[in-house]
Amino acid sequence: MTTATFEAAAWKDGKRHAWLMGLLIPSLPLLGWALVAATGLSVFWWTGPIFYFLIIPPLELLIGEDRNNPPDGAVERLENDRYYRYCTFLYLPLQYASLIGSAWLVARGGLSWLDVLGIALTTGLSSGVGINAAHELGHKKPVLERWLAKIALAPTAYGHFFVEHNRGHHVRVATPEDPASSRLGESFWAFLPRSVFGSARSAWHLEKERLGRSDQGPWTLRNDVLNAWLMSVLLFGGLILWLGPVIIPFLLIQAAYGFMLLEVVNYLEHYGLVRQKQADGRYERCQPQHSWNSNHVVTNLLLYHLQRHSDHHTNPTRRYQALRHFEQSPQLPSGYASMVALAYIPPLWRWVMDRRVLAHYQGDVTRANVYPPLRRKILARYGAGAGSRA
Amino acid sequence: MSAYRCPGCGYVYDEMKGEPREGFRAGTPWLAVPAAWCCPDCGVREKPDFELVMERTSSGA
Repeated sequence: MTTATFEAAAWKDGKRHAWLMGLLIPSLPLLGWALVAATGLSVFWWTGPIFYFLIIPPLELLIGEDRNNPPDGAVERLENDRYYRYCTFLYLPLQYASLIGSAWLVARGGLSWLDVLGIALTTGLSSGVGINAAHELGHKKPVLERWLAKIALAPTAYGHFFVEHNRGHHVRVATPEDPASSRLGESFWAFLPRSVFGSARSAWHLEKERLGRSDQGPWTLRNDVLNAWLMSVLLFGGLILWLGPVIIPFLLIQAAYGFMLLEVVNYLEHYGLVRQKQADGRYERCQPQHSWNSNHVVTNLLLYHLQRHSDHHTNPTRRYQALRHFEQSPQLPSGYASMVALAYIPPLWRWVMDRRVLAHYQGDVTRANVYPPLRRKILARYGAGAGSRA
Repeated sequence: MSAYRCPGCGYVYDEMKGEPREGFRAGTPWLAVPAAWCCPDCGVREKPDFELVMERTSSGA
């Protein structure tokens, strides 16, 4: 045995059991319910937002980073260990129990509108991070995992994500053509409608094109966008039939808040970064420098290493437990929970991030993905940087 | 009939089997696959990146 193979064989995954922490988020609606029952304090209906915006950001900074990677020789064993995929499968029953339990609570009545809003946002957090579980599952080759991905997307009505993310976003990532890659100077609130509608349109187009190659129209259940949306119709329709139209506002708020969470994460993953065009007109291949990363442990455990985003874009079928940190990839100053809060406040976001984009391109703003409506203003402001032709 | 492999994730397009889900029936030659078609498994690499892995004579197909 060489030293390297010996090390790989002896290597143990320090995060192995910690991955179960990912199940905390889909449990929050039920946990909140239990806390209200135990204490009588209605503030616990807001357990989701409290957890995500008040508890996680400071924890993220306090506990800090983990840059450790599994040794190359251990990756195959790590990826084949089925324990890790069961951790993601378990997200779904909790997510659905929370959604159905919360809908039942809302229908039972006796709650103020503020309590209902808290329940809807807490459920929305579980549904939104469910898109992250769907993301991990939807990239995998086994059919079971792809089906589970669609089921996890139904509560947010974001079934088209399964198509658009894999075949649209990954192909065009960090180019001006990608609706889900944000641009330098673009606020989250401008990005949100562009990504929501642009991604849905693109997903439909991709399925239409795929089915068109076998001379079929898009109006068929073989259309993965349609059959995934149909799942949401059945889920929402079934719940409304059972519990009554009183749950409609709850369903809509939790779904909208859920997909907004996905979109704000989209916003911060590639902000300002762009792949250059080659002489043959194609974009250079997606590389580690085209995604923002974070090694903050707490959010990485809650989000299945989504923040090791560069490796994910280079190797999308690689399982979460094996994703690596790359030294050459740009790093966010904190994890996603803190960065999401920043992204909601555009001046603060730009104050923190614009200089990091500039630094990444050695001061040459012309190499960044610049938001077209502000292009002249941004070039004028940063154009004097070294190496700029503007 | 030949086969071509995605250098990113190892997916193989075999001309003999085609890829019916993508609209390429069994026997669809690589030449008939559009240049902008991307790997159906990883979505990272496109047709021009694929590598020839196996060349068979048409009589053997």
